[in-house]
Formats: sequence, C-alpha cells, structure tokens
Amino acid sequence: MRLLLEISLYFSQFCVVLAMLFCMLRLLKGPTAQDRVLALDTIWMCAMLFALLLGISFASLVYFEWAMLIALTGFVSSVALAKFLMRGEIIE
Amino acid sequence: MMQIPADIPAWLAIAVALLLICGSLITLVGTLGLLRLPHFYQRIHGPAITITFGAGCFLLASMLYFTALQERPVIHELLITAFIMLTAPVTAMLLMRTAVYRDLRNGRRIADMATDPQPAAGHGATAGATSPGLMEESRDRNP
Repeated sequence: MRLLLEISLYFSQFCVVLAMLFCMLRLLKGPTAQDRVLALDTIWMCAMLFALLLGISFASLVYFEWAMLIALTGFVSSVALAKFLMRGEIIE
Repeated sequence: MMQIPADIPAWLAIAVALLLICGSLITLVGTLGLLRLPHFYQRIHGPAITITFGAGCFLLASMLYFTALQERPVIHELLITAFIMLTAPVTAMLLMRTAVYRDLRNGRRIADMATDPQPAAGHGATAGATSPGLMEESRDRNP
C-alpha cells in the first residue's frame, strides 16, 4: 500500500511539472500580453499544487504555509498585471 | 526520500492515490487546454478546470491524509479552498475585461475572432510571413 501511494505521488508530481511546462510554452509563445498573464497565473496555481504534493510526500504541515503564501502572492501579482494591462497604471 | 509510514491502512492509501491521480490528470487537461485552444477567450476556460477540480482534488487528498495520519481533524486546507474560491473568479474577470478592453482599443471585433482564428491558414507558402501572432503583436504596440 505504501508503494501505491509513492507511485501515485511521483506520478502526480510529474503531471504537475508537465503542466507547468505547458504553461511556460504558452508564456513564451502567447500572441498577446493577456495570454502571458494568464499563463503566469496558472504557473502560480501549479506551484501551489506542487507545494501541497510535497507536504503529502514528506508528511509535514510546513508546506501548507508555502501553499498559502504562493496562492496569496499569485493572486496579488495577477491582479496587478491585469490592472496594468487595462489602464497602464496599477493604482489610479 | 518520501516519508510515508510503512503501516498505512489500505483504504487511506487507495483513496489518497485515487484523488491524487484524478487531480493531476485534470490539472494536465486544463493546462493542455491553455496550450492548445486557438483564442484567448477560449483559453481562459482551461485554467478554470485546473483551479477548481484539480486543486479541489489535491486539497481533499491532503485533508484526508493528514486527518488519518495525525488522528485528529486537520482542516487547514479549507483556508486555501476558501481563498481560491474567492480569488479565482476575480482574477478571471479582471483578465477578461482587460482582454475585451484591449481588443476593442486595437480595433478588432470579437465576433470576427470567434469565427475565423487563422485567416492566413489556407495560403500555404506565405502563411509564415503573415501569421496572426505577429500581426497582433505589432498592432498591440500601437494603441
């Protein structure tokens, strides 16, 4: 049973890293600026998922704080970038 | 290496593994949509799946695993769930409004973009020179 959990953890880590790679391709290629912002937002989300996976695999609750911080920072950065793209300034 | 207890019960391992595999496949499908769909207005729907179902499965797995491992209710993950449920629509709406505003400012009609994604696709040899990506980039620089 331990082996099953280990294999599934490795598999999901691989999948999340592959998802980050897809987002990175869109970030490099994306025709418009809003595509890049969307890809960056999704990369933040995948990083949060990866922190949760690390927390499960090392059986430690410290990684939970990482995930919370990554979610917070990702939200703030995405909102700031979207505001900047819309108006040209962040705080009006 | 991974620190998983050797005497982990079977039901817990199977449930957590199922949730993890489900969540990771959904995450992969969402980002594949972000990579492959032709327009921004379609692309924004891909990460929504990642954020709701993928993150939900992972958070549920984490909650179940730590609750069973520490033999007490561990519901810290509900914080992240509530935070994501609050912030994901805000981000999506802001990005969508940004895209609509920029497209209108650059003189493109949304209905045109929805019907014909690649106007130069049928011309074969000269398609590379007039790819829509290059045109959009050059138009974005001159608002």
